[in-house]
Formats: sequence, C-alpha cells, structure tokens
Amino acid sequence: MAETNGHSRTNGQHYVGTRTVRPDGMDKVTGRARFGADFNLPGQLIGRVLRSPHPHARIIAIDTSKALALPGVKAIITRDDFADQPSEFIPAGEMMMNYKDVVRNVMAREKALYEGHPVAAVAATSTAIARKALKLIDVTYEVLPHVIDVVLAMRPGAPLLHDDLFTAGVEPRPDKPSNIAKRVEIKLGDVEAGFKKADVVVEREFKTAPVHQGYIEPHAALATVSEDGATELWTTTQGHFIVRAHCARLLGLDMGKVRVTATEIGGGFGGKTVVYLEPLAIALSRKAKRPVKMVMSREEVFKASGPTSGATVRVKMGATKDGKFVAGFAELKYQAGAFQGSPVQPGVMCAYAPYDIENVHVIGYDVVSNRPKVAAYRAPGAPISEYAVESVVDEIAKKLGLDPIELRMMNAAREGTKAAYGPKFGPIGLEETLNAIKKTEHWNTPLRKWQGRGVASGFWFNIGGETTVSLTVNEDGTISLMAGTPDIGGLRASLTSVVADELGVPYDKVRSIIGDTGSLGFNFLTGGSRSAFSGSMAIVEAAKQIKADLCARACKLWEAKPDQVEFKDGAVRPLGALGEKVKPMTVADFAKTAGKTGGPIGGVGRINAQGAGPSFGTHLVDLEVDPETGRATILRYTVAQDAGRALHPAYVEGQYQGGAVQGIGWALNEEYVYGDDGKLQNAGFLDYRMPVASDVPMIDAILVEVANPKHPYGVRGVGETPIVPPLGAIANAMENATGIRFTELPMSPPKVLKALKDKGLNRA
Amino acid sequence: MARVVLVGNLAQVTGGVAEFDLSATSVQQLFRQLGELHPALAPHLESGVAVAIDGQIFQDALLEPIRADSEVFLLPQIAGG
Repeated sequence: MAETNGHSRTNGQHYVGTRTVRPDGMDKVTGRARFGADFNLPGQLIGRVLRSPHPHARIIAIDTSKALALPGVKAIITRDDFADQPSEFIPAGEMMMNYKDVVRNVMAREKALYEGHPVAAVAATSTAIARKALKLIDVTYEVLPHVIDVVLAMRPGAPLLHDDLFTAGVEPRPDKPSNIAKRVEIKLGDVEAGFKKADVVVEREFKTAPVHQGYIEPHAALATVSEDGATELWTTTQGHFIVRAHCARLLGLDMGKVRVTATEIGGGFGGKTVVYLEPLAIALSRKAKRPVKMVMSREEVFKASGPTSGATVRVKMGATKDGKFVAGFAELKYQAGAFQGSPVQPGVMCAYAPYDIENVHVIGYDVVSNRPKVAAYRAPGAPISEYAVESVVDEIAKKLGLDPIELRMMNAAREGTKAAYGPKFGPIGLEETLNAIKKTEHWNTPLRKWQGRGVASGFWFNIGGETTVSLTVNEDGTISLMAGTPDIGGLRASLTSVVADELGVPYDKVRSIIGDTGSLGFNFLTGGSRSAFSGSMAIVEAAKQIKADLCARACKLWEAKPDQVEFKDGAVRPLGALGEKVKPMTVADFAKTAGKTGGPIGGVGRINAQGAGPSFGTHLVDLEVDPETGRATILRYTVAQDAGRALHPAYVEGQYQGGAVQGIGWALNEEYVYGDDGKLQNAGFLDYRMPVASDVPMIDAILVEVANPKHPYGVRGVGETPIVPPLGAIANAMENATGIRFTELPMSPPKVLKALKDKGLNRA
Repeated sequence: MARVVLVGNLAQVTGGVAEFDLSATSVQQLFRQLGELHPALAPHLESGVAVAIDGQIFQDALLEPIRADSEVFLLPQIAGG
C-alpha cells in the first residue's frame, strides 16, 4: 500500500484503500435496517398533508371546522400555526435560502405557488381518517394565472409569483418586481478580444429539463413532543443537525430541546438537505400531544419536493485553428421553482472550470416559476452548464478535425491554471483522467452503424466544513466510532478503515454508528462530497488525542519520560533501554485497566475541515440508436475520476457508477412534464422514466489518484463530479451515432425519432 | 500587501472596484479592512463568502492566515448535493 501524506502504516493492518465489508451491509440485506418509515411509537397518530390543486392561487380562507369534528382527528395545522419569518438567507445545500421562503414552502401562506404546495396538515388515529379529514377541509382559492417555463417567466407581463421580488445583482435596482430573482456573473480577461483571436467560433443554445433526484426512499418523519416541549424527531435526512436548526427556527424551539435522529437513508443526492415533513410532524405532535408519523407518497415526492433546475443555456466558444481555446461565453437561465435559490451560481462558476481559457464571461439568472422549489442534486448546477460547454467543445473538435480527447488535453486545467472563477488550481487530475480514458480498450474498440461514442469531462469544487466525531475505547479494547453525518454512500465503512489504521486495531473491532444531535457536537450535512473527506480528518484528530493519552499513561506506569515511548502499530512501545524493562501495551491492554490509569479512554475530533481538493472526471460512452423507434441504448460506459485517494475503492466506484447512471437518465429520459393547466403529468416512476438495471451496462470505473496534499490521507470528495460529464458525453455520442447535434434534454425516443425523420434518416 | 480580488457580483457593491492591495494578515482582518473601505460590503462578508488564499478555498475560516504576498479571491460560498 502506498504511503500518502504519512498516514498509511501500522503492522500489516492496512484497511484504508481496501474493500472492507460494509458495517451496515448485513442489516440492509436482511431487511433489519430501519429507514425513515420503519420507526413507530406507541400511541402515534398518522399525519397527512392537504396540498394545493392549483399551480398558482391566492388562499382566501381555510375552514377546518368540519375536519376537526371528525372522530379520530386530533390536530390540524395551517399557516396560522407558523409564525412569519424575517427575510434572512441561510445555506441550504449549495444554495442560499431565505427563512421567509422556507416557512412559506413548508406551509403556504398568502398564496399557493405550485401544484402540491402544502396548505394544511392533519393528525388522526388512522390513515383513512386522516385522508377523510383532508377532504373536509374547505379552502377558498382565488386561482391566478401561472407560468411554468423559465423563459416565459422572465418576460415582462408574465404572471408574477412574488410582488416583493426585485432582481438582485443589477444596477440600478429595478423599480418593478419580476420573476428574475438574481443576476450573477463571472468575468476573466476580455472575452470580446478573445473572440477576435478565434479562427473558429461555435455558438449554440441548449435546454435541459428539471429532473428529480429519484431517491428510492420517500421523505418520512416521526415526531414526539412532550408536555415540557422536549422534542424528538426521527427522519430520513442528509443532515439531522440542519433539520434541528430549521425546525427550531420555524417553530420557535430551543435547539437544545430538539433531538433529531437520522434514520438509515435510502438515497438523498442533495434532495434531503431541506425540510418538508419535519416541522409539520413536530407542529402536529405539539398540538395533539401524541407522536405523529408522516410519510410522503411517491406522487408527493415528485410534486412537492425539490427536483433540480431545468434550464436554458447559450454557449459561445472560440478557438484558434490549432485548437487553443481563446474565449468562452455563456448565459444560463435556471429555474428556481416557486422560491428563489436555484444553483445557477455554481453553474456559472463550473461552466468553464475544466479548461485553461484566458477570456471567460458567464452570466446567470435565477428565475422563479410555478414549480416546486428546487433542491440540491449532486454537483448542483454544474451538470447543466458543463453539458452545454462539453457539447460545444466536441463541435469545435469536429470543425478543426481534432481528436476530442486531444483537444481537451490541449486545453485542460492543470496545477497552476487560473480557474475561470478566480483562484489558481493546486494539484489536480483532469489530465490524468483524460490519459486514463485514452488508454482504455474501450476507446479503441470499433463501432458499427447507428452506434456512437462520446467523451466529456467534468468538475466539482468539493467542500469540507464543520465536523465532529467521537472515538471511545471500550473496556474490552473494541472501538466505538460515532459520526454525525448520515451514511449515504458507505461512510461507515470508509471511516471504520481510517479508525482501524489510525489506532492499529482490526477492522472488525471497530463499530461505527451515526449519532443523534443530542449525542455529538455539530455536524454540517452529508453533501458537497464532504463526509468521508471531513470525517476522516476529524478521526485523525480524535485518534491523536487517544494516542497522546495512552503515551502519557504508559509514561506514568513505566515511570518513563515522554521521549522514551511512542505509539506505533496499535501499541505504546518503549524506546531504547526502556524496552528491556517493559513490554509494549496495546490499546486493548490499556482498555482493561483504564479505570486504574485515569479513567475512560476516548477522543473527540472537532474541526472545520478546510483544504478540500477539486475533483475532475472524464466519461466515455458508447450507445446505439434504433432508427425505427429513436431509442438510445447504452452499450458501454467508462468513468475515470480523480479520487485523491480512495479510502474504500468499492464505494468510490459505486459513486462513479451511480453518478453515471443518474446522468444517463437525465440525458435520455427523465423530465417533468407539465400540462397547460400547470399540473405535473408524470408524478410516478411509471411515467417518469429513470434508468433501471436492465437499461445500463456494468459501468467500468477507473480510480485516478492524484493525492490532495491538504488531507492526511490525500482524499478528495468523489460523490458530486460523476454526474457532471454524462450529459455531454451522451449528447456527443448521439451526434456521432446519428450525425445530429441534439441540444435539448432529455434525448428521449420521440424527440430522437422526430429528428431522424426530419433528416430523412428514419427507416420506418 | 496581499492582492485581493472580488469575484462575481461583489464588485457591484464597491462601485465596480474589484481589486485591492491590503495589509491584512488574517481573513478576519481582511473582512474588517474591506468593510471599512466599503461599508456596503460588510453584510455580504458577514453572510458568508468563501475565501481562496493562494489557490486554496476556505469557508468560515476567520482565523486563516494571509501572507503579504498572498493572492486572495472572495467567492460565493460553495456546498453541494
């Protein structure tokens, strides 16, 4: 095993970098693992939500009297049960969200702003009674004109969602409200001068559809509030500390009185970084004085939890005849949903990040419309803008007669490259991923008619953030690890390996759990590819404390000086002549006599992790188009991505494969379909077509490891980047298969078939 | 003096001034000096910006040191999904 930043070692017990058995695996394959909807309490009520049938309507009155009179109904909440919140922005996933909007999103206030917007909620003794009660709630609406499309929403005279929304980021401040919440931009160099140097310029407009994260487990929450206000909540979330903060704020609770437990989670991908049911369940429980359980249906998940933005993107790039990129312009218009806060800012910053270009100008607009408020989705905002740029890069390669990998290699960002968003990159691995792809047998395999091959690269920043872990040495020498970031993609396995290596104990002697908010210090959420990066850094800190403590105890026991002992290979070892008098003491030896040498042994790592290393990836895909149906079948797919160092290679590969599959769905099939009535037409997995196992081949994963010098093991986050390249790679493969440049996602069979017919390429 | 660059919309608050030479030796000092030069910037700095010091991005790191020859960029905060 290679040494990385000095943290791979011990006496043969090297678990970091190996494919250890997942600690949560047995429970998951036997059905014993408890997800959000598996939790129940004695005497619990069932909560259900009444949702707006209208995409845009003023709420004139809500009469709950008939529903309250129904036997079995124990509580009903409406907008009157939530105090209004001042305008204050908070981080929510990659976006900033305003508490004034959060309180209106969890429960409609003046207006319902999308079909499915909560208007009231009921707690009753059974699901049937709760459903019946919802029908008895009388809501008087004044139906208003709606707007769904982002471009239409930007036009003067479009139905206005918020009469107090004035476009930020433009000077002078507009004197009229609009649906354009914000204009953002980045500039580097002189883009117009850059285009003058170009021998070839390609300009295209692209459209992408909003897509849902598609986590298999719907939102679920169980809350109980005691008479003294002490609140317990079990919920499926990417960040239970964030849930606690939001609920305390929205309901006027002391944070210390709210204990939130993150259940096992069946996927989140960014969509479980915000609150929907949680404040409703607490408010209902507080009112009913009984536990309340709430679970969304799949239809509710689609209609009322955040997808990511759909967008319109215009890209213009210029290159010299020898292939050097000299200018890049882009204009991004992202749907935010009913409230401001789309991921357009990171979309702007990521658009040209993979390339070394002197002149860049990217403008973005954050636009509200009558759709559910968007939530984060892996590398939020980046897949959209980078898809458009990667498509144009391929067109430039064609115009210049250059190999698309060679063109990317020629312009690739490297250590020292000034990113379009400002700073210079440190050590990064884009070039290595391009090289890895070029060396594959896949790249060199011939294709047949109607088959096409596409390549694209992608980037995401990665983050660190506030993290706490605790390590406890138990009396028998086993180790308990408590982390505070929900385990979505193998966190416990990865961190367990780090603990085992740091303390020199066998992997199976470390048991890892995710602690609740009452058991551990603050943790930011699992997102931004941060949990394994930050958690492993915090473990190193906690383990240092334990090692220092054990060395100190050994000095006392052996009547030695600090420089006569060292912690190595799982034991405190005497140095020099002392070694002739005493024998090394293992962690387990100290555990047995902990009470006699100072008491319990443990460490707590509390850090605000910095030094996240950016991650780049390159994807290669082969597909075949059926000219009679327009259906594209993915034949082969290879991902190469820089992981810095893979703590657990199988889980890193899983992240690569999962991102690729989600990207395949985004590129080929997934979309929200709205009718003219502003209502979602495909709120279920039968009509919202996500890839299933039979749709995709085995995704080959290549682990590129360019160590992150800021991390003790060299780790970079890996979860976000894999969803960035697939959209561009598949669009490029489609062009190579059909000769048609598709500029609208998804490239679903009806669209492809129409394009083939228009070109006279359809056989039927 | 560290060279400090405002990225994106922040320069709108300073009337278009995007580059500064400042004597700050920490992020906290940097924010204080920028806030004194352009009081309208202060609330934006308080609400959270990322700071790239010599290529390394830091978030919520008031005590991070800045060298006299450092190149510093103030960016929108970054998180993820």
